[in-house]
Amino acid sequence: MFATIIEPLQYSFMQRAMMMAIMVGVICAVVGSYLMVQRLALLGDAISHSLLPGLAIAFILGANIFVGAFIAGVISTILIKIIHTKSNLKEDAAMGIIFSAFFALGITLITVVQKENKIDLNHFLFGNILGVTWGDLRDTVIIAAIVILVVVLLYKELLFYTFDKLGAQAVGLPVNLLDLGLMMLIGLTIVASLKAVGVVLVLSLLITPAATAYLLVTRLHQMMFLGVGVGVFSSISGIYLSYFYNLPSGPAIVLVTSALFFLTFLFSPTQGILTNT
Amino acid sequence: MNGVGSLEIHNLGVAYLRLEALTGINLQVQPGRLTGIIGPNGAGKTTLLKAMLGLIGAREGLVLYHEKPLQKQLELVAYVPQRSQIDWTYPATVWDVVMMGRVRKTGWFRSFSPTSRRLVQEALGRVGMDSYKDRPIGQLSGGQQQRVFLARSLVQEADIFCFDEPFGGIDWKTEKIIFDILHELAAAGKIVLVVNHDLGESITNFEDLILLNRELIAAGKRENVLTDDHLYRAYRGKVVFLTTNKN
Repeated sequence: MFATIIEPLQYSFMQRAMMMAIMVGVICAVVGSYLMVQRLALLGDAISHSLLPGLAIAFILGANIFVGAFIAGVISTILIKIIHTKSNLKEDAAMGIIFSAFFALGITLITVVQKENKIDLNHFLFGNILGVTWGDLRDTVIIAAIVILVVVLLYKELLFYTFDKLGAQAVGLPVNLLDLGLMMLIGLTIVASLKAVGVVLVLSLLITPAATAYLLVTRLHQMMFLGVGVGVFSSISGIYLSYFYNLPSGPAIVLVTSALFFLTFLFSPTQGILTNT
Repeated sequence: MNGVGSLEIHNLGVAYLRLEALTGINLQVQPGRLTGIIGPNGAGKTTLLKAMLGLIGAREGLVLYHEKPLQKQLELVAYVPQRSQIDWTYPATVWDVVMMGRVRKTGWFRSFSPTSRRLVQEALGRVGMDSYKDRPIGQLSGGQQQRVFLARSLVQEADIFCFDEPFGGIDWKTEKIIFDILHELAAAGKIVLVVNHDLGESITNFEDLILLNRELIAAGKRENVLTDDHLYRAYRGKVVFLTTNKN
């Protein structure tokens, strides 16, 4: 058993994958907790899909794909806000329009350039954590450090703001800055997670560990810590499943975290549907 | 207490799109007097509070405290929003929510001091919620939720207290606790403003009233505000009053 667990780790691509998995598991659960309590799950989905053209353009130009993705995320978020505030359309409609348009643009761009560049659209869509490079890892370390630092330093302000926006504004907290900060955290986290699970599945790592923890504990920081446990465990076991059974890594990770959610949904001591009848 | 002065509202006007919500509000709120804001549904009671604090944009007007704009001194204000505006499924305990009242005083990048913890503990005792401090907020009754918010406002050590409909859908025990504390705050020389739509017996708790209906109908001592003429103008005769003008 022990040998089976150790054996894959002799390969450096597996070591990199594991380190990536742990970091992504941590920041997705932390930032996902904020998405969940603010009922912004769909925004996470919208942002992640809209990153695709940024990835493609950065790739074509030979720029850092993290930077390209981040710029695309910022542009799409701004467009969503503009449509929402300058018309009577609701935010979800604005999100649906923008994210599908950006997603289509991204797929078109990648399809056009993928033949001569030997890249695979599937890796953008569903991730390829076994193909992580040291450069990717370095970028993810930087992003993870920023995200965790911001959350630790602004924890009490973000708790107040996400619980009671009006109350926070009434005591003079800079709510627009806090909102912008949260959006940046969400964008950075999604960008950092793309290599692991891709744009289509990143929502799962953001929401599912946080939601699983929500069914078990009652305070935001507990939700974050437990969510981190769920996220990291899912990412690591997903990689092993992928390695031993030759499954695609992103979907394997998502399936593990979803399984953990459904187990909790059924058997949570306080909120499980089978344990609380 | 370092000199609580009066709160002055000059020509305050608020419009939503092209609809005038409030027009030409001029009044003074005196410290040390429990002041109710009353008027029919849609009269702009909540709007007045929110516009004073800059939570919604005012079309025109000025709100001054100590002759300086109130919105530059929001650290002196404790605001309690309507309960219905809060997501009570949020993962937080009673303790967490009351602690939020100390965020501004604590300042950026610091953790809560022992003083803050002591104040929160005391405030929870004062509203009769100390045995609930580890309870998730989703498991509280409406009255208990309201008392938690009252405790949060108390720990802010504010000069100006603004409550939006604190008496909606609560039990009599909570109503008594809230009124007792509001009277104490007023007696301590604070400015205490309470939006209230109930014109029943409880209105005798207020010393001053502000009567609104899109514009200021009357403001001042309760007995001077609650006249048949004022009430008729505010409610356009749509309401039968159970108590008017009793002292």
